[in-house]
Amino acid sequence: MAKAKVNGVEVEFDPGMTVLQVAELAGEEIPRFCYHERLSIAGNCRMCLVEVKPGPPKPQASCALPAAEGQEIFTNTPMVKKAREGVMEFLLINHPLDCPICDQGGECDLQDQSVGYGRGGSRYEENKRAVEEKYLGPTIKTAMTRCIQCTRCVRFTTEVAGVTEMGMISRGENAEITSYLEQAVTSELSGNVNDLCPVGALTHKPWTFNYRPWELSKTETIDVHDALGAHIRIDSRGPAVMRCLPRTKEDINEEWLTDKSRYAVDGLSRRRLDQPYVRKGGKLQPASWDEALAAVAAKVKGTDASKMGVIAGDLTDAETMKAARDLFYSLGVTNLDCRQDGARVGPVTQSTPRESWLFNTGIAGIEEADAILLIGTDLRHEASLINARIRKAWLKGGVNVGLIGEPVDLTYDYTHIGAGPKAVRDLKKHAFIDVLKGAKRPAILVGSSAINGEDGAAVLRDIADIADTYGIVKDGWNGFNIVHTAASRVAGLDLGFVPVGEALDAGAMIRGGVDLLFLLGADEFNPKDLGKTFVVYIGSHGDAGASAADIILPGAAYTEKSGIYTNLEGRVQIAERCVFPKGQAKEDWAILRALSALVDKTLPYDSLTQLREKLITDHPVFGRIDVRPSPKTFDLRAVGQKGEVKDRVFTSPIVDFYMTNPIARASVAMAECSASRRGNVPAAAE
Amino acid sequence: MVGILEDKDRIFTNLYGFHDWGLEGAKKRGAWNGTKDILSCGRDWIITNVKNSGLRGRGGAGFSTGMKWSFMPKEVKDRPHYLVVNADESEPGTCKDREIMRHDPHLLIEGCLIASFSMQAHACYIYLRGEYIQERERLEAAVKQAYEAKLIGKNNIHGWDFDVYVHHGAGAYICGEETALLESLEGKKGQPRLKPPFPAGAGLYGCPTTVNNVESIAVVGTILRRGAAWFAGFGAPNNAGTKLFCISGHVERPCNVEEAMSIPFRQLVEDHCGGIRGGWGNLKAVIPGGSSVPMIPAEQCENLAMDFDTLRNLKSGLGTAAVIVMDKSTDLVRAIARLSYFYKHESCGQCTPCREGTGWMWRVMERMVKGDADPSEIDTLLEVTTQVEGHTICALGDAAAWPIQGLIRHFRHEIEDRIAQYRSSKGNFAGHSVAAE
Repeated sequence: MAKAKVNGVEVEFDPGMTVLQVAELAGEEIPRFCYHERLSIAGNCRMCLVEVKPGPPKPQASCALPAAEGQEIFTNTPMVKKAREGVMEFLLINHPLDCPICDQGGECDLQDQSVGYGRGGSRYEENKRAVEEKYLGPTIKTAMTRCIQCTRCVRFTTEVAGVTEMGMISRGENAEITSYLEQAVTSELSGNVNDLCPVGALTHKPWTFNYRPWELSKTETIDVHDALGAHIRIDSRGPAVMRCLPRTKEDINEEWLTDKSRYAVDGLSRRRLDQPYVRKGGKLQPASWDEALAAVAAKVKGTDASKMGVIAGDLTDAETMKAARDLFYSLGVTNLDCRQDGARVGPVTQSTPRESWLFNTGIAGIEEADAILLIGTDLRHEASLINARIRKAWLKGGVNVGLIGEPVDLTYDYTHIGAGPKAVRDLKKHAFIDVLKGAKRPAILVGSSAINGEDGAAVLRDIADIADTYGIVKDGWNGFNIVHTAASRVAGLDLGFVPVGEALDAGAMIRGGVDLLFLLGADEFNPKDLGKTFVVYIGSHGDAGASAADIILPGAAYTEKSGIYTNLEGRVQIAERCVFPKGQAKEDWAILRALSALVDKTLPYDSLTQLREKLITDHPVFGRIDVRPSPKTFDLRAVGQKGEVKDRVFTSPIVDFYMTNPIARASVAMAECSASRRGNVPAAAE
Repeated sequence: MVGILEDKDRIFTNLYGFHDWGLEGAKKRGAWNGTKDILSCGRDWIITNVKNSGLRGRGGAGFSTGMKWSFMPKEVKDRPHYLVVNADESEPGTCKDREIMRHDPHLLIEGCLIASFSMQAHACYIYLRGEYIQERERLEAAVKQAYEAKLIGKNNIHGWDFDVYVHHGAGAYICGEETALLESLEGKKGQPRLKPPFPAGAGLYGCPTTVNNVESIAVVGTILRRGAAWFAGFGAPNNAGTKLFCISGHVERPCNVEEAMSIPFRQLVEDHCGGIRGGWGNLKAVIPGGSSVPMIPAEQCENLAMDFDTLRNLKSGLGTAAVIVMDKSTDLVRAIARLSYFYKHESCGQCTPCREGTGWMWRVMERMVKGDADPSEIDTLLEVTTQVEGHTICALGDAAAWPIQGLIRHFRHEIEDRIAQYRSSKGNFAGHSVAAE
């Protein structure tokens, strides 16, 4: 530990820290615009100037200056005050005074810091500069006159998102931030630049002029649009969810969020199921709860247990699945599945270890891997933030990546080994095997496209063999990872929401294997496959499931109930209720509880607390909240099943990143993102 | 004989291009003479002698060249060393390096070899200003001659593998800043880098690099041939050597001339340029070192020694020794306003004070030219210059501020007169409310 003095107070710091970090250790606030912990240092805003001794007789940019032993740092001298006032004045002379109509107003770094460090008035008599707006895609609204050229957006897109589509053109006061050709930023992380922008130059396009930040109620919760369980904050006004922002969680999302998780929230106010429906004469008719539940109960009583089935959707919380499993097991129904994509992974037998369906290395841990083999995963779209982590490690150097599957753009270089199951079997013959052999911390990431379908279990067996042979799992390092795409998946597997023995899986149930099918927010299928199956849909959105349903019982979306979600690492997290369910909709577990009484199999819990107690008693893994299971070795031979593999190409289940669940499909913002990505952008003059 | 320096002591004996610029001619004038012997004396000897000669960087800052070389790592480790020659001569008023490259290119190439050898660099990049077309052709031809004569290249007669690359810039003033030059050389946008790390630690492609001005490098061969003491014998203490002066403006015969450092300004102008236009008494002000340095008024020019320290003590600088002479017909406010426009135009836009400040200063200056300003704005302008100065990533902010500071320091009355004149010519003026508002 080295020592330095900040305003005369001695502090200890780790060598390698910057002056800015040392000053913050001492509790001094250093104003800044361009500096951001997770981006490279630009040092261009000059707001963080401090006085340093020994050093030149002029203020120094503290963000870029390495702190030195015995250094004296001053943040309160007249020189520093003058420097800050000067820089602030320069930033403001060409910044428009449009705070009252600026969406950044109220949470603007420039506003806040001009109050703290600026002069009282303006001395600038000339005309202000105006800059043309830029088109940066459906997520980023620009007001480039407000731009202070901090280049955070440029650095984020280039470094973290891995798309070199933004930059600064021209020079001097004509410098402009742009995407060069006025093209949309083609990153699934584009929304983060709006968070990063310290002024109102880049704001959230889907939420333009929708709210003022101070009128929103803020609820900290968990995201469900992918299996990462990113930490988010839902901001709502009255009954409406207005926006969704990332929270800092170092182990999961750092402080980033994908565009889908962020902007799909307008889908929470559209296509909602707000009252029960019963199909009469071929048409869905509004019905009362009593009527609808009685109809369901009658149908249940009249159907043989082997001809009933339940499919849990991708956004279903653990409590709902627990209640459904308890109810239907008590009815003798074993046709349960939570794997709509048909992935052959999970507790197939009693002895299958939990590690076989987890992302064991951990989201943060993947940065430490020195060799990564991706099998059947378009990681950039299946788990964007894990992909960004790998890019971060790749930029640092020291990681080799190989891919078996479709050759997709992952934003970093990789060795393309092959396309399908054969390439997995023949991996031994490929040069990449030497990379795996030589690696100290090798990791394999298995996507669902590798392990779904009839030969899924056989492919998984092959992959487990590779893992076993090349030391992917060893003491202190577990490099065996399944990349799930559904938020509900790991919890579903943990509590055994899978068909056991001769029971039918999701695909078989959809294709007419049962007479009475319960869909718990499950919509990822083609309704035509259902045939004459009687469908009861419990969910929040009018999507594929609802259109095929004979009875609809309206449930709550993820922002409208407290629910447990286990992320792909096996980390149990609780999402909080931010607003109330729409109309007559009820929390999903409560619907099942009500139904259980009508079919004389009353569930033994009357409240969510009791349900959770039962859940934890039956499945102790749910008792450890927000803890990632520590990596441990497991028996890889118990994973998958030996068999023949087909000659196929691993094709990602995510055809359209922006349209993967009912909420996203109901979202206008996602529709625009999807159209933009497909190239269906409205032409210039509209 | 005019001036102080005698012909026998001139380094650039073909400054005016009267003789053959090529290898044969250069050799006759002494270039490439005993270069191998110089190299055989070893790196330490070279660096010590360059230090002892008192050579200060000719690019403007005047930092000891030998000292700069000694900052390079002593041993080549995993990264190669590079020498980069800054031939992006863009400072308004300056036209010395182009004459070296046009007429004495071999002195530069020889200097590159010696400097690179002393810093253990096997490659040297010469970054040439975009507008210098003929200079590039000459330099490239000279480099070709040197390669063909095995003076440089692999397995050359000097025993130090060495390559020279001439890189043509695109004509941006900021690329004369050493780190912006490195960025540009790497193919990126020419924007200065944050320092530290300095180029000697992480420069071109992240490798140890020294960036030197053309003149600093070109004089090295002759200095080492004739001895450090010879070079140190010219000029005032700490301001040693001979120097190319580029005298432009209101003199009878503007010229480039090599002279001893510390030559009195009056002698420089009268011996070489035929004096001030209209006589010494017609002198109004001088910008002694290229557009970036503050001007000095005529009364300080009487016994002015043209060297780094004297001019610094007058709150100006020797800079590139581009002497811009202005007689009494000059509209100083307009002259400085033009310089302000130049800096506003050439600011790279990376950091705030320069990006915003240069435009502000220029706009105020333009109004001052007309007199359309309030007298209190002179102080505001002065304060704005101090808000820019010293707060930027590179020295362009300083360079934009200093000319205005020089103007206000010495000729504030001219601006005030201009404002008063403007106001008296108008029935009313800004701040003088007429109608009910």
